[in-house]
Order: sequence, then C-alpha cells, then structure tokens
Amino acid sequence: MSTGTVAEPGIVVDIGNLPILLRSDDAQLREMLHGRYRGFVASGRLPDFQLQIELHEGQQELDAEADVEVRRSGDGWALRRGDFAATWTNQSGCGRVLQSRNPYAIDSVLRIVHSLLLASRGGFLLHAASAIRKGRAFLFAGVSGAGKTTISGLAPPDVILLTDEVSYIRRGPEGYRACGTPFAGELATSGENLSAPIAAVYLLEKGEQNRIEPVEASEGLQAVLRNILFFAEDQELVNSVFQSACDFVSALPLHRLTFMPEERVWELIT
Amino acid sequence: MSERYIARSSSIAARMMGVETMVMSALDSTFFSLNEVASVIWEAADGTTPLSRIVSERVCRDFDVDADSAARDALEFVEELAKHGILLVSEQPIITPAAGAEPTA
Repeated sequence: MSTGTVAEPGIVVDIGNLPILLRSDDAQLREMLHGRYRGFVASGRLPDFQLQIELHEGQQELDAEADVEVRRSGDGWALRRGDFAATWTNQSGCGRVLQSRNPYAIDSVLRIVHSLLLASRGGFLLHAASAIRKGRAFLFAGVSGAGKTTISGLAPPDVILLTDEVSYIRRGPEGYRACGTPFAGELATSGENLSAPIAAVYLLEKGEQNRIEPVEASEGLQAVLRNILFFAEDQELVNSVFQSACDFVSALPLHRLTFMPEERVWELIT
Repeated sequence: MSERYIARSSSIAARMMGVETMVMSALDSTFFSLNEVASVIWEAADGTTPLSRIVSERVCRDFDVDADSAARDALEFVEELAKHGILLVSEQPIITPAAGAEPTA
C-alpha cells in the first residue's frame, strides 16, 4: 500500500517579489519554463501563490491572437484566450491553467495574474521599458512603436535593464519601485531580477532631437492609463486601477522624452 | 427650453487632481479631464439640482462668465459626457443611490 507521500514537481517563479509556484507533471514543459524564466526562478523561496498547469493536447489549432477575456468567477477570476483557459481563486491564491504547449500562454496567464495581484496592492504592469541607473529606476512608457526597445538597446553599460516591454510597478511604504520582469519585447532578452525606487517616468516619442518636457497631470494620467496592462471590464477593478494610476502620477515626475535613435539620449537620463 | 437634471454614472472612476477632475468610464475606458468649470458642474451633478441652477448659482457665481455662454457651454458639456454614459441626463430629477436617494419601498 502506498504511504501517499508525493513530491509534485514545479518551479517557483518570483517576479516583483510575488513568488508563484508553477506546477506541471510534464517534464518538457517544466524545462521550457526553467529556460524562459531563468533569472526569476527562486530556489530558496516558498511560494505565496501557485498555478497548476495542464496541457491541452487537442488536434485543434489554438489561437494565441484571440482576445483575452477576464471575468469574475466566484471568489476569483476566469481567464480565457484561444490558447488557454484558467481559473484563479483570490482567497487561496491558487489557480489552474489548461493551455497549449506554447510558452506565450503561461506568459499571458502570469501577466494577468500579476496584474490582478498588483491591483489590490496599488501597483500595476505598464507598457514601458525600465532601467536602473545609479540606484534609481527610470521608466519609458509608450505604445508599440514608441521606442521602448530602441531606447533600451541604446542604454550605456552602467544601465541595468529591467525590461524593454512590460514594467512591474510596486507600491510600498517608501514609494514606488520598478521591478525587473522576464516579459521581453523585441529585444528578446529577459530583464534583470532587481528593483529600485522610481525616479522619473518618461513618455516616449521619437523625434528630430533629444529633449525633455514636463507634461500636465491630465496628459500624464491619460498616457499611464493607456499603457497599463488591464484585462478585466470590472467596475471595482477599473476603479482600483484608476485610483492607483492617479496616485502614481501624483507621486512621480512625468516628462515627455522626445528622442533620436542615438546613444546621447541617455545623457538626459540622470 | 426644458429643464435638465444631471447625475454622475455609477460606472465611472473619478478623482480630483489639482483643480481638474479626471474621469474614466468603466464601460469603455473613455477618459476625460474636466477643467475647473466642468469640475464644478460635475461635483454638483446630484440628480436633483436643475442644470440651470448649477450654472447660475455655481458657475456664474464662481467664474467670470456671462449666463448665456455658461448655459450653452454647460449643456454641450453634459451632452458630451452623456454620450459616453459618464453623466446621466434627464428632464426629470434623477433618483439614484449615487445621488443620495433613499430606496423606495
């Protein structure tokens, strides 16, 4: 008779100091997760949350480009896209994911789960590159094509890149911090798993010269809201994220950074 | 012209920042920043105070603006926000929980 002792395989992925255990019986998937989240795998840390991943091996081609749907379900959320279906329970901090073998599915689930976790903590995920220089973090926000990857690629050696695509904003007693993420853009490079207090936020715009201009609070707020990764059409959550964005804009200096694709633009970032 | 009553929708998120009010629809994420005058109208949109009274007693009192222009601008403003479901507009008083009404039996 079995004693019932079971060691369930999984890896702990610690993004933004919110470690999530990703469990799967599939060794190939676990290997893929190890590779994809290398640098964010926490070996000596107990997870606060967990996701059980099951693979969908159906014949039907799954559509990773389909719209994400996130809706409340009991004490939690139901997440769905063409290539995954997931549930998340707030109270237990546990979820289940049924997904295809492609890595983009769990990447998207993690982004959504982190955005939900951050919403109740005054933080959010932002379409922005971020980097640390001299112990302070700088954010470069913009929609696709605004120059996030470009400015990341121009960073001098003393700059530590946190991400070229999705910035992780946490709010703590001492203010806002930017944390590194493995969510890469065109640079296809994971950010460093570090964090630093945010010194300034730049709204990116490509132009004929390098210059920094202040932006009005309303313009800054609108830009931040436009770039927050936000999935659920839920009144309570919308209000929570909106208030977080207002607090963020009120607390930090926001500027418009018009720049040319040349290294000298980093002379303005100090 | 008939009287208008205005009330803030419950499907919005709003916040004062400086003298402006930031408003976002929870339905379609439409965003508006309301200037100082618009913010006064927004704050007074309790569903029971006629728009004409808000304009005469609040806008014309607090800002250097003539009554006709203020009334015209206010109507344009409320109709714009109403199009996005951010303000409710009616020719009758609007009784909503947000306006502080007691539930009816």
